[in-house]
Amino acid sequence: MANPAPKHDGRLLEIRNLRIEATSYPPGEPPKNITIVHDVSLTLERGKVLGLIGESGAGKSTIGLSSMAYGRGGVRITGGEVLLNGRDILKAGKRGIRRIRGREVCYVAQSAAAAFNPAHKLMDQVVEAALQHGTASRAEAEKRAKALFRKLSLPDPDNIGNRYPHQVSGGQLQRVMTAMALCSEPDLIVFDEPTTALDVTTQIDVLAAIKDAIRDTGVAALYITHDLAVVAQIADEIIVLRNGKLVEWGDTQQIIKEPRQEYTNQLVSVHRIDHQEKPATSSPILSVKNVTAAYGHGAIRVLKDVSVDIHPGQTLAVVGESGSGKSTLARAITGLLPPMEGTITFAGRTLANRLADRQREDLRELQMIYQMADVAMNPRQTVAEIIGRPLEFYFGMRGRQRDARVAELLDKIEMGKGFADRYPAELSGGQKQRVCIARALAAKPKLIICDEVTSALDPLVAHGILRLLLDLQAEEDVAYLFITHDLATVKAIADSIAVMYRGEVVRYGPKSQVLTPPFDDYTDLLLSSVPEMEVGWLERAISGRRMASAGN
Amino acid sequence: MFDIKTITVSAWIGLFFTALFLFCAIFAPWIAPYGKAEIVGGVWEPMSEQFWLGTDNLGRDLLSRMIYGARITVFIAAAATALSFSLGAILGFTAAVVGGWFDTLMSRFIDLLMSIPTLIFGLVVLSVLPSTIITLILVMGLLDSTRVYRLSRAVAADINVMDFVEAAKLRGEGNAWIIFREILPNALSPLVSELGLRFIYAVLFLSALSFLGLGVQPPEADWGGMVKENKEGIVFGIPAALIPAGAIAALAISVNLVADWVLNRTSSLKGGRG
Repeated sequence: MANPAPKHDGRLLEIRNLRIEATSYPPGEPPKNITIVHDVSLTLERGKVLGLIGESGAGKSTIGLSSMAYGRGGVRITGGEVLLNGRDILKAGKRGIRRIRGREVCYVAQSAAAAFNPAHKLMDQVVEAALQHGTASRAEAEKRAKALFRKLSLPDPDNIGNRYPHQVSGGQLQRVMTAMALCSEPDLIVFDEPTTALDVTTQIDVLAAIKDAIRDTGVAALYITHDLAVVAQIADEIIVLRNGKLVEWGDTQQIIKEPRQEYTNQLVSVHRIDHQEKPATSSPILSVKNVTAAYGHGAIRVLKDVSVDIHPGQTLAVVGESGSGKSTLARAITGLLPPMEGTITFAGRTLANRLADRQREDLRELQMIYQMADVAMNPRQTVAEIIGRPLEFYFGMRGRQRDARVAELLDKIEMGKGFADRYPAELSGGQKQRVCIARALAAKPKLIICDEVTSALDPLVAHGILRLLLDLQAEEDVAYLFITHDLATVKAIADSIAVMYRGEVVRYGPKSQVLTPPFDDYTDLLLSSVPEMEVGWLERAISGRRMASAGN
Repeated sequence: MFDIKTITVSAWIGLFFTALFLFCAIFAPWIAPYGKAEIVGGVWEPMSEQFWLGTDNLGRDLLSRMIYGARITVFIAAAATALSFSLGAILGFTAAVVGGWFDTLMSRFIDLLMSIPTLIFGLVVLSVLPSTIITLILVMGLLDSTRVYRLSRAVAADINVMDFVEAAKLRGEGNAWIIFREILPNALSPLVSELGLRFIYAVLFLSALSFLGLGVQPPEADWGGMVKENKEGIVFGIPAALIPAGAIAALAISVNLVADWVLNRTSSLKGGRG
């Protein structure tokens, strides 16, 4: 759209002393106001990218949305000013805000799959804002959209708009959403964790596409994420937030190279866990031999001739993108998806294919921890019931004996006895995952399958969980099958690694060997896609790639 | 869990009337001024100090018959609801957890039963069988359980795919534990709200049957039957038929108010603490 000449010295967005509050309803007490954002001020110039980073609860999304005068989930903007193009949009009224949203400021959500209307074609949704505001005719808007599709390197840019949201992949959908935000040629785009839900190999493509689009269109952006390495690739300046307060604001280079605040330093410093690789033993605890598994009565083969070993007290990491079959491997081992061919040997015994045919002892010694801790626990059971059940079930412990053991386990996962009576809804994300670990440990297992156990957690919390898992491994001599797409995690805890691609193990061996060149193309792609906290990493990574990611 | 302070006004109203009806139902022989079949006055006498609600078409005390009617109506409806819930919920949960041929067989059979209108089905069965209280409870309970089955199966199928149920299966838990300890507590909120509704439908269904002459047989008193007995009076401006009809409505509303309140309490994930 035709902008008036910038008469306010290039400042596009200026937030002054923003205060955002919400009302909480604690049990048994009168409702009280809590402040989510404490008097935060920031400015953003035309064509610049400002990164907002912090852990969950830091208020970064809340601040980002305030630039659209929007408060999500009942929060109220109670103080301060949000100046966009020189006028306070908090005072613009409903109609005024409606004229601004989708025209001067657009939004890209974290989950594009949830943000698109599944009943409409992509093109209709991409051009909607431009048509609503009358900034372009339908033909013009579609032409612009196709140009954007091409710029964002979407396949078949002329026709992809005729598809429905479920007909394109997650990474593509995220790029279509970026096109949607750019289509009405706004002055500002708010990116709310646009790559967090994507695989690393897909993330790099989306990041590069977003970066190019921002550069070519000259739009300004607020980029919200919890991943400092990601934001370092895109942002000109970075604001670090914690508990709704501004911790540090500076140039990207300065923030990642010479942070001035203690908290920023914590975020920036790579959390290296020193883990000594253990040598393979002669008798693996679990041995998967030539396993093939399929869904739909053999129609779709998701595991093809997979063979891996796990040694007692050691960790095998299984890495790969979504759809590579790594979770299916876990389902085959646990018996939830009986393999079509191949055998699984556990502690010297051959495991029955079907879960129903397995001995209780086999079940006890093979436990599992899930990615989403909040749905892995029955929300109607207290922590004591959740941890106590395996004790009752496998060891017949009752009453005081069980309670004592529960307290002991709570102690092991670094949580106090006071948590025993809590319900899962009363725990934080990290605490939930710890309780799940305690539940698995209660069975005194020989092997725990960890399915993406840290991917839903903030980096610092995830770090704590990994430390705990390693400590417990040393104490209890338990083996882990660690499923993940995060190579940093793998480096920290694995003894051996299996890289999976489209249902096959493409690289397998001790950690040092797998992570030593020469790499095959896929392992190289995976390794080079992990964002590094360095300006300019993205360009180098893209130019050095030998194969395209599956999501592209 | 049920803190006095948290009871809302509408819940108080519902609780009061529900308690009143229950009190009448339980202590009917002690609080009713006259016997249920005792002719104590003239036909359709107006309300007076002697007969608080007047008398009915045969000269029986309407208040006494209302009180005895509460006993039979509430008892049959409650028993039928209990039967339909135990049967429907257990079969529905089992079908969702076990799946396979059991699920298919049960669901198609239930579809078959549901394709026949309930009232017609009830009329046919009751015209063949003797109209005793046991038959009424069985017929009403079985017919209603089809609805409960549908709801429980749908709710349980959603919960059955959650990770915590998978975790229980991996632990080696039997179906009984999974149904009663993992699924049931999480399926309770929709079921409780349905419980109130089903109870009301049972009251209405029983009243409809009695009104048609196939329900509770005279001289036993029940509200639907009393509407039938006194309906001719309406032509002469005598309100005797409206009193049991009003009682049916009052019971329906008050039970639902209580169900709403219970639902609010049980849908909390913090054990009613938050």
